[in-house]
Amino acid sequence: MTEPLLDVQGLTMRFGGLLAVDGVDLTAERNRITALIGPNGAGKTTIFNCLTGFYKPTAGRLLLRHPARGPIELQKLKGYGVARTGVVRTFQNIRLFPSMTVLENLLVAQHQALMPRSVFSFAGLLNLKGWRAAEEAAVETARDWLRRLDLLAVADEEAGNLSYGMQRRVEIARAMSTNPLLLCLDEPAAGLNPRETRALAELLVGIRAEHGIGILLIEHDMGLVMDISDHIVVVDHGARIAAGTPAEIRNDERVIKAYLGEPDADDVATAGGGAH
Amino acid sequence: MAAPASTSIPVAHRLRDAGIAGLVAMALAVPFLGLRTVNLDQGLVVQANLAYVPLAGAVVFLGRLVLGLLAAPLAKAVAPLAAWRPPAAAQRLRAWGGPLLVLAAVALPFLPFANRYVIDLGTTALIYILLATGLNITVGLAGLLDLGFAAFYAIGAYTCALTTTQLHWGFWPALVAGGLASSLFAVLLSLPILRLRGDYLAIVTLGFGEITRIVILNWQGLTGGPNGVSGIARPTLFGLTFDRRAPAGGHTFSEVTGIAYAPEHRLIFLYLVILALTALAAYTVARLRRLPIGRAWEALREDEIACRSLGINPTMVKVSAYASGALMGGLAGCFFAARQGFVSPESFGFMESATILAIVVLGGMGSQAGVIIAALFIVVLPELARGFADYRMLAFGLAMILIMIWKPGGLLSGRLPTIRLSNAKPKSVAEAA
Amino acid sequence: MGAVKAAMGFTLAVGTFLQHLINGLTLGAIYGLIAIGYTMVYGIIRMINFAHGEIYMIGAFIAVTTFTLLLGAGVTSVPLALVIVLAISCTFTAAYGWTIERVAYRPLRTAPKLAPFISAIGMSILLQNFVMLTQGARSKSLPPVMTGGVTLWHDGDFSLGLTNIQMFIILLTVALMAGFTLVINRTALGRAQRACEQDRTMAALLGINVDRTISLTFVLGAGLAAVAGVMVTLYYGVIDFYIGFLAGMKAFTAAVLGGIGSLPGAMLGGLLIGLIEAFFSGYVSSAYKDVAAFSILILVLVVRPSGLLGRPDIEKV
Ligand SMILES: Nc1ncnc2c1ncn2[C@@H]1O[C@H](COP(=O)(O)OP(=O)(O)O)[C@@H](O)[C@H]1O
Ligand SMILES: [Mg+2]
Repeated sequence: MTEPLLDVQGLTMRFGGLLAVDGVDLTAERNRITALIGPNGAGKTTIFNCLTGFYKPTAGRLLLRHPARGPIELQKLKGYGVARTGVVRTFQNIRLFPSMTVLENLLVAQHQALMPRSVFSFAGLLNLKGWRAAEEAAVETARDWLRRLDLLAVADEEAGNLSYGMQRRVEIARAMSTNPLLLCLDEPAAGLNPRETRALAELLVGIRAEHGIGILLIEHDMGLVMDISDHIVVVDHGARIAAGTPAEIRNDERVIKAYLGEPDADDVATAGGGAH
Repeated sequence: MAAPASTSIPVAHRLRDAGIAGLVAMALAVPFLGLRTVNLDQGLVVQANLAYVPLAGAVVFLGRLVLGLLAAPLAKAVAPLAAWRPPAAAQRLRAWGGPLLVLAAVALPFLPFANRYVIDLGTTALIYILLATGLNITVGLAGLLDLGFAAFYAIGAYTCALTTTQLHWGFWPALVAGGLASSLFAVLLSLPILRLRGDYLAIVTLGFGEITRIVILNWQGLTGGPNGVSGIARPTLFGLTFDRRAPAGGHTFSEVTGIAYAPEHRLIFLYLVILALTALAAYTVARLRRLPIGRAWEALREDEIACRSLGINPTMVKVSAYASGALMGGLAGCFFAARQGFVSPESFGFMESATILAIVVLGGMGSQAGVIIAALFIVVLPELARGFADYRMLAFGLAMILIMIWKPGGLLSGRLPTIRLSNAKPKSVAEAA
Repeated sequence: MGAVKAAMGFTLAVGTFLQHLINGLTLGAIYGLIAIGYTMVYGIIRMINFAHGEIYMIGAFIAVTTFTLLLGAGVTSVPLALVIVLAISCTFTAAYGWTIERVAYRPLRTAPKLAPFISAIGMSILLQNFVMLTQGARSKSLPPVMTGGVTLWHDGDFSLGLTNIQMFIILLTVALMAGFTLVINRTALGRAQRACEQDRTMAALLGINVDRTISLTFVLGAGLAAVAGVMVTLYYGVIDFYIGFLAGMKAFTAAVLGGIGSLPGAMLGGLLIGLIEAFFSGYVSSAYKDVAAFSILILVLVVRPSGLLGRPDIEKV
């Protein structure tokens, strides 16, 4: 077996007295969906924030095995540098560019690729042929993702005016337009109706099959997680309490206990319901 | 909210409301309208004009009452106007709006009513349009509040003044130097402060604006201090001057073209120079908005965190926004210096920064057409009110408040998308056709 | 001989230093009082009340008018005159503060962020010109109302003094600050204010009258600015319609320096700006004193973006 795309070792994040992430180990592989689950406040989003350069981890190593650039230690990069390695995320509380159109959102995502082609705007200002070709290609990329996410009809709408479910899709389309290596999704099914959730599942499975990228998925919808994940990591109170295939996780006592410990027992019901 | 007056509010309520407003107005009027301290030989004395107090109360009472009664029918009458959208054909014409406007502006000085005064006013308006076009990049597009924009204006002006008087450069190289100096200054200033967010950034830019002005005011050796710099080179047309007599070794426009000398020629030439600069700047911004850099500016305004998550370096985006805005500020400053032939620090105080910012915000942030309308408004309105010279700044302040209350997003607040998928023809279809 | 001279030189240096300190504290107290108005308003509605400097100017003008009236009426008791002037100036200035919020800011509470700011700039221009038109453009100078003081130290030509005015300013500021801290920490108004700062919608749901809380915040801020206006009238004896601009700008700088939103921060920032101004003019150059104040502000913000006593705002992702 080849080495995993992402190798997280001993990730620790402390906020003052609060140990939000406590020595978590995690791997993500290409062509695999790795789910990260755990009760609310377990530290999942914080793990994403460390991984994508928004927080500097207190300790730990985040190794990305980049096919072209070789091994990269993500925790050493500047915030925006992580995305440039191909690790791209979405946010639990959607962050679009609300008064820009959907298409513009997807073009902003291709900034890194387009900037050199506009030769720092000079070629763009003169509207040279090379630039025009690059822009057309970018629009085509955007169009592909809009089509896949069923957003073509709203391409010219302001992103902020769309329905919640659509905004979630725009965020995924925007992340995919960057041509990522590892896609990190923070609760992408939150607020979606069952039909939208099924479409999302199909989409993720499709991306896994076609694009050769790794997917890290934080999700509370256990049905979705159990259906499409190849590997599941469970965290509780910042620590990793279990990891394995969906079948293994479903029967793991510590996991059941972590969820039962919650006043809100809905999650367990969903976890059980996922066993179909 | 400005109590949305509906006709259902009982009259008694309205009367009470207007009555309170009138009483407050009377109270406010006492120490300023009712009593007036005057300097006399023996010192200060207070003169009482207490008649003003009930007058102020009555005016406010009636004003409030009438406005309250009229607000609802007025709003109803204006509603269809506000909801009106130009038809699609007119939208397509929009692409021609810019060039048509420039053509009209070129024609202006040759129209029968265009006297010196009109041309001069047009030149001033164009300077403000250029300044606001620059500030619009920083504030309107990138969303970085800048309260010290006059600093860049000043640096452009003084660069022009000093290079032409001390180094004997011509206007055109000085213009380039002015723009670049401003831009460079913006980069140096912005690097340490870009970590700051929102209002903190605003207050620091305010500080920089003041520092620049104070340094210019006090660095006598270089800037001449409060006396300023005079004898700044005038713009030339391929080396031709617009003077009556040619300078040593030079030629004048009238000598070479054979057109009889007229002092208006210089005015018209200056007007055309600033028109060309402004049109070029507006065109550049319009193009930049459609380039990665311009989209990154707007994306930064919308959500800096999302920008970072897409690999965009916010610092570079901010610096480029400041530098581009300052470049235009510097060009405007340089032109201003050459037009006046003289600069002094008092042209670059905070009120100047506030005026330019007011143009951007009143026009509608990010909107070029808005900038043009607001600049004309701000330059021309006080001129129209010249007869009431004393009251024009009062009216100016009042107008700023009223416009913000009427249209908080600015006069033209809609944002035009930079690209439409429906216009970009899909490759497959294009090939099939 | 030499040793004596050196010692004299040393005491003289200490004396000069103390004199600058006293002057700086006095100035700082005035800035601090204005800064509180900025900081409170910013705390509650996240808006830079640009017209606040003009409020202070209005306070100063009302003070001059009232003093002149009292002198004309033959009031000779200084404490009585002070109490009357403070009361009148605070009342009328507070009415201006209330009206400004009601007319120019309240309609814009849900507007885009810059709209109230531009409205405030408009209000500032309006008030300046209003005062210029009604009271004249020439500066007003008041005959000295409060004279005398104590000489703390005296040596040859040099004397270190604390004037009665300075004492009055510093003591009144300390008293007001103490009272104010009590109001904010102990009363229902203070609680309502803090609730509105945290979450206006939630506060309204909990039955707090948000409009009234905001109005009161403007009234209190204007009252304090009026006190500063009275102080400056006494201290310098000369005012004009333009004094609000620079004082307001420095007071706002002070509020940001101390950490905007924080009351002790505003006072600390005010004192720092006053001291920087006094020491810089004393020892370096009075022409560049404002450059020094702004440079310190920029330095502080670069190191501590939320000011000296402000709570750092955590970036929520
Ligand atoms: N910037 C921060 N400062 C302080 N505490 C934080 C910060 N971010 C997250 N936390 C805390 O870390 C814990 C984990 O939060 P989070 O990662 O958002 O949980 P999850 O995404 O699993 O629901 C929570 O207790 C949260 O309050
Ligand atoms: Mg989370």
